[in-house]
Formats: sequence, C-alpha cells, structure tokens
Amino acid sequence: MNSQPLDFVPASEFKQRAADAVADDHLRKSFRGAMDFLIGKRAAQFPDAAALESQRSLAEHIRKYSLARLPELLEQLERKLTDNGVQVHWAETGEEACAIIVGIAQRHSTKLMVKGKSMVSEEVELNHAMADAGIDALESDMGEYIVQLDGEKPSHIIMPAIHKTKQQIARLFADKVPGAGYTESVDELIGIGRAVLREKFMSAEVGLSGVNFAVAETGTLCLVENEGNGRMCTTVPEVHIAITGIEKVVDKLDHVPPLFGLLTRSATGQAITTYFNMISGPRKPGEKDGPGEMHLVLVDNGRTQAYSDEQLRSTLQCIRCGACMNHCPVYTRIGGHAYGTTYPGPIGEIISPHMLGLNATHVLPTASSLCGACGEVCPVRIPIPELLVRLREEAQHDARPGHAPLRGQGAAKSRLVDAVWSGWAALYTRPALYRAFGWLATRFRALTPPMQGGWTVSRTPMKPAARTLHELMAARRKR
Amino acid sequence: MSARDNILRRLRAAPQGEAPLAPDVPAFYAAVNASAPPSTRASRIELFCEKMAFWRGEVVRVRRANWPQELRQICVEKGVRSLLHGEASVHAEALKAAGIAGLKPYDRPLGEWKKELFEDTDAGFTSTRGGIAETGTLIVWPDASEPRLMSLVPPIHFALLDADQLHDTLFDAMHAQRWSDGMPTNALLVSGPSKTADIQVTLAYGAHGPKELVVLLLVNEEEMQ
Repeated sequence: MNSQPLDFVPASEFKQRAADAVADDHLRKSFRGAMDFLIGKRAAQFPDAAALESQRSLAEHIRKYSLARLPELLEQLERKLTDNGVQVHWAETGEEACAIIVGIAQRHSTKLMVKGKSMVSEEVELNHAMADAGIDALESDMGEYIVQLDGEKPSHIIMPAIHKTKQQIARLFADKVPGAGYTESVDELIGIGRAVLREKFMSAEVGLSGVNFAVAETGTLCLVENEGNGRMCTTVPEVHIAITGIEKVVDKLDHVPPLFGLLTRSATGQAITTYFNMISGPRKPGEKDGPGEMHLVLVDNGRTQAYSDEQLRSTLQCIRCGACMNHCPVYTRIGGHAYGTTYPGPIGEIISPHMLGLNATHVLPTASSLCGACGEVCPVRIPIPELLVRLREEAQHDARPGHAPLRGQGAAKSRLVDAVWSGWAALYTRPALYRAFGWLATRFRALTPPMQGGWTVSRTPMKPAARTLHELMAARRKR
Repeated sequence: MSARDNILRRLRAAPQGEAPLAPDVPAFYAAVNASAPPSTRASRIELFCEKMAFWRGEVVRVRRANWPQELRQICVEKGVRSLLHGEASVHAEALKAAGIAGLKPYDRPLGEWKKELFEDTDAGFTSTRGGIAETGTLIVWPDASEPRLMSLVPPIHFALLDADQLHDTLFDAMHAQRWSDGMPTNALLVSGPSKTADIQVTLAYGAHGPKELVVLLLVNEEEMQ
C-alpha cells in the first residue's frame, strides 16, 4: 500500500509545468476527449435555456442567503448535530484539522482509515499527516484509489484519474496490486479495485468522508456519489469523521433539491447520482450498523478571508461541480496537475489565493483568457472572470483603502511595471510630450528591438506604424 | 480564544450589505409544476420505470396478493442462494410464507458477522419509503429492523416500492413525507446499481455496492400490463 507522502507541487512553477503539459500530446488528447464528453453530457441536461437560468437564479439566491447568515447557520448546525450525538470540531488551518483527525484516529488505535472522496482532505494534506502518525489513509473512490496507488494527486475534482489511460491503469494494477494480472477490461479492473477495497472497508477502524451540503435545520450531512464507497466509509467502520469547509452549510432541507439537481447535471450531466446519502447521526441503540461514533470537522483555511470582502465572498458560493474547469480552454490544454494546487481550473484560481496566499499563487489568476465560459456555466453564478481580474489587481497593488490586505497582498508588484505605467500616464496627460513621442516612435521605428521580452515568446514583435493616427487623420482631412 | 470563536468572530466582523430575503423554494417548484400538465398515477409509474431502466435498474410490476412468490421466482432465476431481510420488518412473515430459499435475517450487530455479510450473502431485500418519478429514484429509510448495509453490501438489492408512494420530484417527496420534522440517522436516495466512470470515462457497474438493483413495483391489477 502507498503510504508515501505525495510530493507537494509549488504553484510558483506553474508556467514551466503548463509549458510541459502543452507539449504532451497524449495528456492533451485525454483531457480534450474527456472535457468534450462532459460538456456534451451537461448540455443535454439543460435543453431549455430559460429554465436553466431560473434554476441558476434560485441556486445563486440560496447560496447567497446561506452565506449572509453563515455564522448563525454554523451555530445552528453545531447545535443540531450535537443533539443528534455528533461531535463537532472547528479548525482555523489545515494543520489544526489534521491534528484533530489524527487525534481521533489515535484514540481508537487506528491502523487503517478508509476515505471517501473529499477535496477538503486533499486541501489540508491529511494523507501526509496520517502517514506521519503511522496510520494508513486509503482512498476508496476508484479514481482516487488509482491516483494514490501511483503516488499522484487528482487532476480533476470530480474525475481524479482522468489523465490516465486504461492501459496505464492495467499496468499499474498488475505491478502494484498483489495477485492481480494484466487486463485492459474496464469491468475487470473495477472488479480488482472492488475486491481489494471491500477487504479494507471491513478492517478499517475509521472512515472519513467529505460533505456536499450540511443542513442546519435538521443537522444532516449530505453526500453525493455513484460508487457506494462513500456509504461504505460512513457506515462500516466504528468511527466516521466528516470534514468540510465552513461554507457548505444551508439553512433548510428545502434548499437541497435545487442545489443537488444543478450539481449532478453540471458536473457529469447526470440527472441524479446513484446515491444521495443523508446522515444525521451515529447509530442509535437497537440499530445494528452504522458508526458508533461520529465527528464533523469544520475547516476555515482561508475561507474567512474570502468572506470578509463582499465581492470575494461569492467565491464561497461554489458547490464544487467542476463545470468551470470542464469548459475552460486553459484547463483543457494544461490539465489539472499543472496548477500545482488542490483545486485546479478557474475555481482553483480564485479560491487558492485565500488558502495559500498570493505569494504562492499570484500567477494562477493570470492563467485565463477571460473568455467568460466559466462564469457562464457556473450553476450558482459566481462571477469568476470578475474575481480573476480583482485578484490580479490585488496581486499587483496595495490593498484598497478601507480593505484589510489579503494574505500575500501585492506579491506580484514590480518596480519596472510600475515605472512603465507612470511613464505612460505622464505621456498621455501631456499633449506636447505625447506628440513628440509619437513622432519619434514612428520615425525611428526601424530601431524597435526584435526581442520584446514575454511578448515575443509566442508572438511576432510589435512595431509602430510609419505615421501616427493623428498624422493620418490630418492628411485625410486635407484631401 | 478557541478556533470556533476566532472563526465566528471573523465571520461576524465581515461587512454585510442588505440581507437577502429567504429563497421561496416552494413557489419555484409550484411555478414549474404549473407550467406542465399535471402528473397522474399512470404517468408517474411510466416515468419512474423509464428513468429507472436508464440507470440499469430492473423494474418488475407485482401484485399485492402474491409479490413474495414473484420474488421467490426471481431469486430462483438469478441463482440467489441467500437473501438477507429485515428481522422484524413488516415483510418478514410474508417472505417466510412464500418459501424463499436461504432467507437470512439481519438479526445481529454488524460486528458479529461482518465477514459473512460481505462474503457470503447473495442478495438483500428492503422496503422503501417511496420513489421519485422525475429521476427514477428510490427513497430508502434504514432503521433498526432494516439496517443501512442491506441495500449496499450484497451484490443484488431487491427493493419493494408501492406505486401509491411515487412522487413527482425530490422536493414533492420531502414535503409530502414531512422530512424536516425529523430525519433518521441515515436516509438514502438510490438510483440504480452502484457504478463508476473513473477509468477512461467508461461506465462500469458494481463499483463498490450492488451490481444489480431489482425494484418490485406494487401496482393494481389493471396496471400489470
């Protein structure tokens, strides 16, 4: 089993990784094919554009309403869950979240923890912390299991092993799963995974899961899945630990159907997933299965920073469907690993700066052509392009007056860029100077350097025209 | 200051514009329903069967009078040697009376027979609390007599669904059954057998849960087709 810590990829080397990914034909083909498939499946679920817009309006309203009442809803959720027999923990950072979970696991002398799919557990690097404590943390979602077996990280939040071909997975299983032969049959490969993981569900002391929606009204944690591994992790082991970001709470059960309907349709083009698992507490006396002990870990990890600004707060409306990455021309070309962060693609570009600081992530919001596709498909209408522009600005400048600086505020500030802009402003506000500059630039255009830094890496050099626009217009008027 | 206090303090310190009104979800669904012809029992049955078939769930229409005999027949056809059922469930007697071979009650805590449940149980039979026509979905409500794993661990899941309990949408079912009055420790929506598309987007069934889902749909004589 793989208990080696996975390598953490620094976001700062993004450009090199992106260049490598673009040069990898096979990777590009995998992503293009898979993304086209998902785009088509989603489109088929929304034949009526007007109906989709009214669903998006409702979903956006529900998320904005939930966020506006977030502190009360979190307290209500905690109260309800506590009444139901669930222990609720709060963590300001990823390290705190890991320490809480390691602590619970150690109290139960845990050797093996089985995990259902949880992006928050990836975000806080839980598997590292468990490995350091000598506890195996085994991913049980098929895609996550494959990726972990190969010592990698997920490349897509919904389809973690999308970058691998079945031949690669066949080789991987034959090499790493004891007793498994080489087969390229997808049914047989899934059968191998099923058999290995069923053993693990039986022996694990602790099961870990994420949360898709937490309902404050009833103290209910909702999990969305197709495979059934989430149900295994939350039902078979004696202890169930759920981990989630603080933004996942909604007020009423009523608010779940509109969000759930949009989540699965936007994510994989399914009207519903095989399982929708609603958990409201550990087993009661007389019940014969289900965990005897249940915990919820509520994680901040930078979310309160996004929350403290009314524009950036909309980042937290996200229900993690992945539609923004499926439709992103940059993501489709470079794949999920190039970003170096847990959440890739457009949503990763706007959430990662809050989790990791702009020092490590200021390049990510620039990985967009601002084509707007992400904002157009977002089921909860997060204005992703606007947030990308805002974060670019925050990376280049000091905080706006009256705003607290973001973590890593101004990390991409450059004296050279500042000087160029100041010079440009001086030129533009002084007509005599501007005309003189225009005259010089056009008359001496032969002297423009052929290499112009970043511009000429993939473009032809810029060269001024032979005459300025002013001169051309004046000449035309004379005629 | 605890982590909890710090998080709540930061959230409360954030500027709040005008508080949005509570979303009127019932009005949204009322408007959606008003724009389509009203559903009938027949249309709900038809839609449910179509959608469940799309998820690769089998639907068998059965009569109130003899569904246990039908189940016995299907078990024979599928070669089921052991059928797990709820020990004190309302259907336990009917299953026994039908003479289904290899009946096995879930009568002990999981810890006492985990291995047998996982490795030596061919099928599980559960009741359902209703169904959802729009998506072809079963509402499964585990309790002390029908524990959670009955619908998950055995390779075949048989589920009894009364056509009287078919609702148009999840929202309708939630309201008609008054879920917000109190949720059980675990409640489930099940739409077809377990599946995955994690290897090269190729669909495969029986990922971790049942490989087959068979719905016994209780209908009236004239609906038997």
